[in-house]
Amino acid sequence: MAEVLVKRLHKAFPDGTVAVEELNLEIGDGELFVMLGPSGCGKTTTLRCIAGLEQETSGQIVIGDEVVSGLRPSQRDIAMVFQFYALYPHLTVRDNMAFPLRAAKLPEAEVTERVNEAARMLQLEPFLTRRPSRLSGGEQQRVALGRAMVRHPKAFLMDEPLTNLDAELRADMRAELKHLQERLSSTMVYVTHDQTEAMALGDRIAIMNKGRLEQLGGPMEVYERPATLFAARFIGSPPMNLVEAEVTNGHLTAAGGLTIAAPEGLTRGAQVIAGVRPERLTLTATGTGANARIVSREALGDETIYVVDSEAGRLNVRMPPTARFDEEQAVKVSHIGAAPPAYDPKTEQVVST
Amino acid sequence: MAAHIQPSGLADEGIAGETATPPVRRRPRIGSGFEIIVLAIFAIVMLFPVLWMLETALKDTGDIYAVPAKVISGWTPTLEHVKDVFSSNSPVFSGFKNSVIVAAASTIIATLLGVPSAWAYSRFAIPAKKDQLFFILSTRFMPPVVVVIPVFLMFRDLNLLDTLQGLTLVYAAFNLPFTIWMMKGFIDEVPAEYEEAAMLDGYSRFEAFWRVTMPLLIPGIAATAVFALIFSWNEFVFSIFLITDPGTRTAPSAIAGLIGGTTTDWGLVAASAMIFAIPVLAFAFLVRKHLVAGVTLGAVRR
Repeated sequence: MAEVLVKRLHKAFPDGTVAVEELNLEIGDGELFVMLGPSGCGKTTTLRCIAGLEQETSGQIVIGDEVVSGLRPSQRDIAMVFQFYALYPHLTVRDNMAFPLRAAKLPEAEVTERVNEAARMLQLEPFLTRRPSRLSGGEQQRVALGRAMVRHPKAFLMDEPLTNLDAELRADMRAELKHLQERLSSTMVYVTHDQTEAMALGDRIAIMNKGRLEQLGGPMEVYERPATLFAARFIGSPPMNLVEAEVTNGHLTAAGGLTIAAPEGLTRGAQVIAGVRPERLTLTATGTGANARIVSREALGDETIYVVDSEAGRLNVRMPPTARFDEEQAVKVSHIGAAPPAYDPKTEQVVST
Repeated sequence: MAAHIQPSGLADEGIAGETATPPVRRRPRIGSGFEIIVLAIFAIVMLFPVLWMLETALKDTGDIYAVPAKVISGWTPTLEHVKDVFSSNSPVFSGFKNSVIVAAASTIIATLLGVPSAWAYSRFAIPAKKDQLFFILSTRFMPPVVVVIPVFLMFRDLNLLDTLQGLTLVYAAFNLPFTIWMMKGFIDEVPAEYEEAAMLDGYSRFEAFWRVTMPLLIPGIAATAVFALIFSWNEFVFSIFLITDPGTRTAPSAIAGLIGGTTTDWGLVAASAMIFAIPVLAFAFLVRKHLVAGVTLGAVRR
């Protein structure tokens, strides 16, 4: 296992599209590093540059102690799992998993041993003689993982590997993948557009947008304090409420009298956008708070999501299932708990400390 | 609360015809009388020459010239003419040999050159790729006969007239654009990810193609090669223009050469034509699926 460094990576395609503007990443040895962003943000291109499937326009990729820019994919000693698995359809599961080992010209006895070991770990033993077309999606996914594992590569690259599984299986595989990565203490670069997956898996998350890095940090850091408005909108479901507010005496005050605890580092009188998580708002039938009206109600069992209209805009509020409000009911909304991050409306960067 | 549940049976019966199943379009197994008559006339018109050829090939020479013609009965089948085709002094037998050599060689050349270039056009970023592909296709826009004279002049200077090598070259050149376009269609259908996965698994670019994409292409290559083979086998114009020596003539022009002169042995002509048609029929049967589906068919399910 090894660390992966991406230095000043820039990638433009021949048709002029710039996929990656300039990217610097340091991915530690044994880290599960998630690149998160919407489609077209450059995350997959970055991964393909690390793999050597795309040639970077400028910049450098280092794997371990070796500068791999210019090396062929086969010389980089990395394994990749593709979104569509790319299992060789004409080979059996056993031959699929043995494929990279045969490329390395390992003795056949060791090939068998390593394939059996991986098959045992991934519970693929009953399927070894089958062709990929006779496997379910989850089984194909595990074969693809097995094919990556058998080589003991320097790093694993994962290109949205769970996207094609149905929801239930995806959660199972997510847990299995995390467990496997910890057990092998492997360096893993994981690309996804699913923020839940990123939060669940990542040791660190890099949020990307339009070829740029928006934020880099641990899952809780990214959740609690998104560095930009883009990151604030992208992480969390339902998304963060972005409320325009003015810094007043010790508070942030939004339209309609909604007062929010003020974070540090703001000058009085400044106009900011406060990023308030739905669980930091609460609804009451009477009492203090800003006036609001319930627009919709989603009872999810363990919690209920209310969407309310207030003078400060449309807000998502996460409430315990015991809260009972009807649609169209007039309520009071108020902020609870710690101060939220605040953003400059023009630069869209976080300004609170 | 149960207001939205329909009374049982309503959905099955259909409400006011709304949910009634559309009338089943009856497809009779044989068809209406009119269809049968039209198709029968069509079949007779199309198949009569073929039938006549088969009959002539199997008739005694006397029966062939009989007046009135013995169409269905009154003659006994004989393999006399078929034997003549394969006799050592038969002018068509060497024609068949030459045809096999030329058709096979030109198909092999076109496939060996066409498959790798189709792969390159499918997978690599090549400058002006579309223009190049259009140019390659454009060689098929005109009928081949247009270039017969220039090719004849070139071949005369290169001493390629009357040689099988020359004819092989021409046929390979005509088959190459077809092979490239058809194979590109097949290769486009194979996801590039297979090769990328193989490259990450430790193989070079070409090894990845050879070990992963190639096995998936074999049905496509077989179909394409059969088309090329049929073209080379059937080709007549270049064969008759570029080759005058009976020793190197291919079958189509050798058979045509039987006609004319003082007498024409129609039995031999028909028997040769019958034997000539058999390989094409056999191969066309092998690729009948591809004949219908054309180039766009997918060889591999994603």
